[in-house]
Amino acid sequence: MKADIILTGVGGQGILSIAAIVSISALNKGLYIKQSEVHGMSQRGGDVQSNLRLSDKPIYSDLIAEGSADLVLSLEPIEALRYKHFLKKDGWLITNSKPYKNISNYPDENSWRAEIETFPNHVLIDAEKIAKEVGSVLSANVVLAGAASPYLGLTYEDLENGIREIFGKKGEAVINLNLEALRRGREFADKELVK
Amino acid sequence: MQKLLLLGDEAIAQGAIDAGISGFYGYPGTPSTEIIEYAQKSPIVKEKGIHCEWSSNEKTAMEAALGMSYAGKRAIATMKHVGLNVAADAFINSSITGVNGGLIVVVADDPSMHSSQNEQDSRFYGKFAMIPILEPSNQQEAYDMMSFGFNLSEKYKLPVLMRITTRLSHSRSGVETKNQEPEKSLILPDDPRQFVLLPSIAKIQYNGLVNNQANIEQESTNSPFNELIEGTDHTMGIITTGIAYNYLMENYPNGCPYPVLKVGHYPLSHELVYKLTEKTDTLMIIEEGYPIVEEMIRGFLGHEKLHIKGRLDGMLPRTGELNPNHVAKALGITIDKSHNESDIVVARPPSMCPGCGHIYFYKALNEAMEKHGKGKVFADIGCYTLGALAPFNAINSCVDMGASITMSKGASDAGLRPSVAVIGDSTFTHSGMTGLLDAVRENTPMTVFILDNSAVGMTGGQKSAATARIDEICKGLGVDMEHYHVVNPVPKEHGTMVDIIQKELSYEGLSVIVPRRECVQTYTRRMRKLKKVKQA
Repeated sequence: MKADIILTGVGGQGILSIAAIVSISALNKGLYIKQSEVHGMSQRGGDVQSNLRLSDKPIYSDLIAEGSADLVLSLEPIEALRYKHFLKKDGWLITNSKPYKNISNYPDENSWRAEIETFPNHVLIDAEKIAKEVGSVLSANVVLAGAASPYLGLTYEDLENGIREIFGKKGEAVINLNLEALRRGREFADKELVK
Repeated sequence: MQKLLLLGDEAIAQGAIDAGISGFYGYPGTPSTEIIEYAQKSPIVKEKGIHCEWSSNEKTAMEAALGMSYAGKRAIATMKHVGLNVAADAFINSSITGVNGGLIVVVADDPSMHSSQNEQDSRFYGKFAMIPILEPSNQQEAYDMMSFGFNLSEKYKLPVLMRITTRLSHSRSGVETKNQEPEKSLILPDDPRQFVLLPSIAKIQYNGLVNNQANIEQESTNSPFNELIEGTDHTMGIITTGIAYNYLMENYPNGCPYPVLKVGHYPLSHELVYKLTEKTDTLMIIEEGYPIVEEMIRGFLGHEKLHIKGRLDGMLPRTGELNPNHVAKALGITIDKSHNESDIVVARPPSMCPGCGHIYFYKALNEAMEKHGKGKVFADIGCYTLGALAPFNAINSCVDMGASITMSKGASDAGLRPSVAVIGDSTFTHSGMTGLLDAVRENTPMTVFILDNSAVGMTGGQKSAATARIDEICKGLGVDMEHYHVVNPVPKEHGTMVDIIQKELSYEGLSVIVPRRECVQTYTRRMRKLKKVKQA
């Protein structure tokens, strides 16, 4: 088993909480993990990414090679495209569809949508809308994790346990909200797959 | 034994805690910051009263760590690579004094300059100081090297340099921990003159250091962190240093066919290099950082018998951090790239946080400077360096910690009017105060802005030594209080700020203006905590 995942977004969007949920789920399963993060200057409103690698065998590189990622999971559409050349041929591109426009020359919607749709394996999901329906816009990253859950190399239950552990201190209500966010994300991805 | 999911930085902190450390010293700097941040959150550190407060700069950190070592206890000094430039005086001389309690200087290099002005390789400093260097290839080694390094340091009575790079610092992996060793007791050095570097003593100490080099290298030869791994294909031998080993192995999931010398402990062992090159006529050297090992092996006259590949002959990029693709290319391995880079993606540079006081300061400065023209603002290292980018385009220099004030002084001495310095509060107490004293003594015509956000903002809002002290420091240094102003960088104070700045820009002497407002990041965090306390 091996899953090489590139998580991406804009500094402050919360890609590291997705990384934390997936990592803890994988660690509890006894898998090997490497997860690199971006700290420092580029965090401030710039593009950020995290390379997350899971395997049942020891992992060497902290970085994923171009052309070899199983999944690009993004909280922002053009940030997903920034890393698309890291994907292997049949890799998945799963991204939040809501742009984060803190730059003046943001590409127009038709062009980024068209490029994402050229991928046979893609999911475009309005994670924030679903998160709002669930009860908190803050759970958008968990919705996205739900949409990616079939491709993480973990079972759905592994992820649920990860959520219980990560949000454990925040009480039952927060745990349940995030479990629901995960479920709604998964439900969306399953429907897309049928289409 | 326990398995923890730790960043490389955190593994170092945990390794030091488990090795019986008594003091962490350091100044925040990407990618080294998380070492001390982890220690500050550790319950064991609190319980045992292990020192882990931030120092004012890397030099004071290095010296305090040396002082703790003098008293017989184990200490580390942490910093980013350019921080070692600041600490260099103490660092180099600590190899002449030697140590008493184990001392490890942990320096995090930043190849590719993700958050730095350069990508200098700290191994040069280790070689310069003639001390052992450890360079882990993964988080587990980073952990294990702390106990190993303290023992090595105490065995040779020398500081040890631990060099890590961004990818290891900021990458998490499972780390198996060991039992905790007890702290060392307070014991003074056997020789009361060991730390007195008067020339007559220093000469003896230095000769001792030189004479010990063969033994230090023998330690490398026998080190568990240097490994000669046999291969089946002797057409080439490979040397890897630090995390470069991972990029090599990533390309050979079923094992590398070539013999490999994996280096994690310096000085470079001649014996191991000779053993590797005995049977081969081609050598590839894969280093994360400068081509230091490569230059050492190539020498000046080169090797007739050995064809060497590496960063110097273009097989690997001359600059920047390595990755699996670079190494694959050098090895002649093709990675199938099915998807091209996107044509429509645009850069998303970092920006100041919404509501940040720096934004309103720069707006006021730009307006006040408009009639004076561009090119007259010397800035420094911090979030406010982003003032160099659009929409502000407000600053003209960023060189090293503290250089804003001193460069502005030099330019003023040359006749530049107005001459402006922009420095953050923590950078000011790190290395700006002495420069300001120079300007006070000569009443140099210049305007200094100390942007006081009461935090070390860029690295994540650590406690700043300057907090609530800027007024007293400036007064104490002798700044004329007639030309000292504290302003509030918010939109409604814009007019007031512009007026004060304009007035002081035209003053033919030294002015200091302090835009003061807490970092929005630390403020938000503080309010969130407060709200939680109230709810509870």
